[in-house]
Amino acid sequence: MEHYKINHLRELEAESIFVIREVVAQFEKPVMLFSGGKDSIVMFHLARKAFHPLKVPFPLMHIDTGHNFEETIKYRDDLAEKTGTRLIVKYVQDSINEGRAVEEKGLNASRNVLQTVTLLDAIEEMKFDCAMGGGRRDEEKARAKERFFSHRDEFGQWDPKNQRPELWNLFCGAKHMGEHFRVFPISNWTEMDVWQYILMENIEMPSLYFTHKREVFCRDGAWMACAPFMQLKPNEKAEVRDVRCRTIGDITCTGVTLSKADTLEEIIQEVAASRVTERGGRADDKRSEAAMEDRKREGYF
Amino acid sequence: MSGKDNGYLDMELLRFTTAGSVDDGKSTLIGRLLYDSKAIFEDQMEALEQASISRGGEEVNLALLTDGLRAEREQGITIDVAYRYFATPKRKFIIADTPGHIQYTRNMVTGASTSNAAVILIDARNGVIEQTRRHAYIAALLNIPHVLVCVNKMDLVDFSQEVFERIKADFIQVAGRLGNQDLHFLPISAKLGDNVVDESTNMTWYTGLTFLGLLEALPVGEDWNLNDPRFPVQYVIRPISDEYHDYRGYAGRVASGVFRVGQEVVVLPGGQKTTVEAIDFAGESLEYAFPPQSVTLRLTDEIDVSRGSMIVDAINQPQQSQEIDLMVCWLSEKPLVLRGKYQLKHNSNELRCIVTEVKYKVNINTTEEIHDDLSVGLNEIAQITIKTTKPLFFDPYKKNRDTGSLILIDEATNNVVGAGMIL
Repeated sequence: MEHYKINHLRELEAESIFVIREVVAQFEKPVMLFSGGKDSIVMFHLARKAFHPLKVPFPLMHIDTGHNFEETIKYRDDLAEKTGTRLIVKYVQDSINEGRAVEEKGLNASRNVLQTVTLLDAIEEMKFDCAMGGGRRDEEKARAKERFFSHRDEFGQWDPKNQRPELWNLFCGAKHMGEHFRVFPISNWTEMDVWQYILMENIEMPSLYFTHKREVFCRDGAWMACAPFMQLKPNEKAEVRDVRCRTIGDITCTGVTLSKADTLEEIIQEVAASRVTERGGRADDKRSEAAMEDRKREGYF
Repeated sequence: MSGKDNGYLDMELLRFTTAGSVDDGKSTLIGRLLYDSKAIFEDQMEALEQASISRGGEEVNLALLTDGLRAEREQGITIDVAYRYFATPKRKFIIADTPGHIQYTRNMVTGASTSNAAVILIDARNGVIEQTRRHAYIAALLNIPHVLVCVNKMDLVDFSQEVFERIKADFIQVAGRLGNQDLHFLPISAKLGDNVVDESTNMTWYTGLTFLGLLEALPVGEDWNLNDPRFPVQYVIRPISDEYHDYRGYAGRVASGVFRVGQEVVVLPGGQKTTVEAIDFAGESLEYAFPPQSVTLRLTDEIDVSRGSMIVDAINQPQQSQEIDLMVCWLSEKPLVLRGKYQLKHNSNELRCIVTEVKYKVNINTTEEIHDDLSVGLNEIAQITIKTTKPLFFDPYKKNRDTGSLILIDEATNNVVGAGMIL
């Protein structure tokens, strides 16, 4: 017997595919931002489904802070090769060398904010008119009001008070010269949806998301990975623990969780039981109550 | 244990919008819902406690959870549509949280446009007021299938059944004239939690479902139009590879109705008749497709199909015209210009139009028609006629939210200035 119902993951999938197809239809030179994190992995998976049997008709772009987990880079390169997708990598280090960005100082120094400079420069240089990102509205309060199609002025900035109304499924990508759009195809997904979908679709994930032994230290209640460019305070000490990443970003601001989860099912159980949001482990959001909003205004992801 | 055993993979999705002003306790209701359903995480709760204390509040102010942007927090009002998410083992919910002030009609319309249900809050002490009529009118105009009327602050009227019944009767009188939506009434106290997630012990006279119980029970699957097959083509897939040499697929989302392999269809605007050869989805072959699935259709005959074309059932076809009557909600500070030209977006079709007539404006507080002042400004709703450069293929909005809706775009600024619902 025929039935006409799909579950919430299929409905989210259908919506995201619709959005990604709109991007390709409405823009001349779109690009998909890829960090190697689970959200961008899912977004790229959706893009492949959207155009099958055609190869994804836009390149991937990674804004590389240089402070990466090695596994991320390997996963990224393998994926691009396997799927025949063009990969563009832009380095924050280049922006620093050119004097376009200034490295932060101190123990909590991070290149996370500097990514904005490199990203905006790359968009301008390569003349992209739309950059798709894996941002989700449930991540943070300022993101809750973000549109699917988010207009950026010629300075790459977001004006939260002057957003275009977005009604029904009618996405408007009209713009003037020099302006561009950020589009967030998985806006309506939550962390749980992302993991459930990865399980349902059996998507291969970087090993970082599963439990592994790693040298870590505890700072302000959050566990951080040790790396050559991470400085420890006198009271902090490195130790080896069983951990996994809940998000993957720049090492300097990505917390790891103590966990023994080594299957997708166990991760889902863990997410379901978790009492801290995944961004709770990210030092960059804790800087102030409006931290994300400020970064977004300036053109952050 | 698999994800399926958790019950998590078989959830349905329900989108609802909340209308009400700060004073009605709307943010508190959402905060309560998230809090009691355990969708608030510890770090969010901590941030919330800090923010409440720094604002001089003694208790945790649940409303602060939903007030996102800095400007709003400073002014203490919600000024834009914010989306919230939570889930129970039965359903995933997307809340379009919109402010209820008169100047923010545009946000309510935006939030309502994608919702299966509208939650209208009434302060039990005030009963049905002007604002309630406005919210009921917009819910009816946007054709939201289910309306949940929450009579809030029942604790401030001694949990009186009489007060509740009177407000219910008043509302039915107002809404009865507007449309025939699926109406539900609940007496609640968002602040104390009565009938939000947990049943109230203060109102044993109420035997219906709690707010969350009702949200879990609404029959959302029935909200899709399964009768009128419409498939707006978004993008043509033509791989240039040996393996898929002759592949020509039409990518899009089923707007309404069911498409089956072998079905006789017509491609608009050309009007050529053909049949559905295959329905593809990422390497799978489907026997049929229905809303809101995103799929790729292949057709038996080689005909001219591009973005903006619509594949429809051969017998059951949409209307077509270049002169269209619609209700419009104006979203811009720059008023509507009679005889003005606008860019128009309808499904995957983009064309131009001219506003030829403003028939009347609606007083959204009384829902009466205004005929002596026909200027249409921000947040105003009017019936207008437009003439388009090419024929539009549409169904009335009341029958089909997808093929019956359109937006008007200002050609100079590219701003979305009007939300249209075709009559």
